Amino acid sequence: MKLRRTMMFVPGNNPGMLINAGIYGADTIIFDLEDSVALSEKDAARHLVYNAMKFIHYSCEVAVRINHISTPFGYKDLETILAVKPDLIRLPKAETAVDIEEIDELITAAEIKHGFLPGSINMMAAIETAKGIRNAYDIAAASPRMVAIAIGGEDYLADLQTSRTKDGKEFFAGRGQLILAAREAGIHAIDTVFGDVNNEEDFIAETTRIKEMGFDGKSVVNPRQINIVHEIYTPTEKEIDHAQRVISAYEESLTRKSGVVSLNGKMIDIPVVKRAQRTLAYANAVGKNEGGTTL
Amino acid sequence: MLQIIQPSQAGTVESNDILIILTPVSADKGIHVELTSPVLKKYGRQIKNVIQEVLREQGIDAVHVAANDRGALDCTIRARMMTAIDRAAEEVLG
Repeated sequence: MKLRRTMMFVPGNNPGMLINAGIYGADTIIFDLEDSVALSEKDAARHLVYNAMKFIHYSCEVAVRINHISTPFGYKDLETILAVKPDLIRLPKAETAVDIEEIDELITAAEIKHGFLPGSINMMAAIETAKGIRNAYDIAAASPRMVAIAIGGEDYLADLQTSRTKDGKEFFAGRGQLILAAREAGIHAIDTVFGDVNNEEDFIAETTRIKEMGFDGKSVVNPRQINIVHEIYTPTEKEIDHAQRVISAYEESLTRKSGVVSLNGKMIDIPVVKRAQRTLAYANAVGKNEGGTTL
Repeated sequence: MLQIIQPSQAGTVESNDILIILTPVSADKGIHVELTSPVLKKYGRQIKNVIQEVLREQGIDAVHVAANDRGALDCTIRARMMTAIDRAAEEVLG
């Protein structure tokens, strides 16, 4: 099971942060060539990220957020970065499937040029406008390279002509649409960043909320946020124990060729089994199911 | 082959970075690297080697390089050199 609980943004023109980006335990690091880089330093960030990726071995998934291809920087970003084979290209401000298809073609050409395995560079897109949310499924399903869609918070709220609230009601519609689109397309849904890094209480509340909605992970901007997200996403001992007992009961019923499965007097149907399988797969992926049921 | 035709700079004096300033010189002056670094004694030669390697790869044989190192790794030195060259050079037939 591929985990993307945390996708940590790393400013592309900061050598110290680029060098150390891999040590904090994020599932994915995103080297940013877009919003965190001044217009006058786009070339410098591109060279820095290129050389960091060429000479430093990162043990986690490495993504690069390029500038949108409608800007003067997007194509150059792709040309430079694809040569060092990122795991993932993240496109900002995706609004239509055409955005994805165009980048897919450029990646395909780069894979041929550099002799990379066809289809080995993945894509994800951030959706940051109402139009993008309306087209979320088309974007998510536009290419077999697509592994995730994310909601980009601040731009999205600006487009909606609203602002952040404590309980996140301004995001309900966008997050809801995004998770439905991602699930239908069979890819990950990633939540937006929480920029107030000193406000741990609200960060925990927001992360818990988006996990309950079905999101697979969250974009983070500070290493301090990583462990908090991972803890929230780790199944508890009680959840793992229950999942193991559900699976055992189900397997026993299959052996007995019994059509009815129950555990502690409660009926177990296939969706319950699937949920238990997902819990155990998650526990295995985070190393919390040692010696337990293997899926 | 590239020729440095105008002054340029890239990088910063932040920790882990290096500030590179390129200045054009006439062809007969060749390459001159002036390096400042807190680790000059231990790594000065290596830093200069990286700078000269990038210049050689780009076919540049005349430039003055002022480098103010703040503990940059080789990959950072290479990146800052590439940016400074892009900002200062033009292609010449050679």
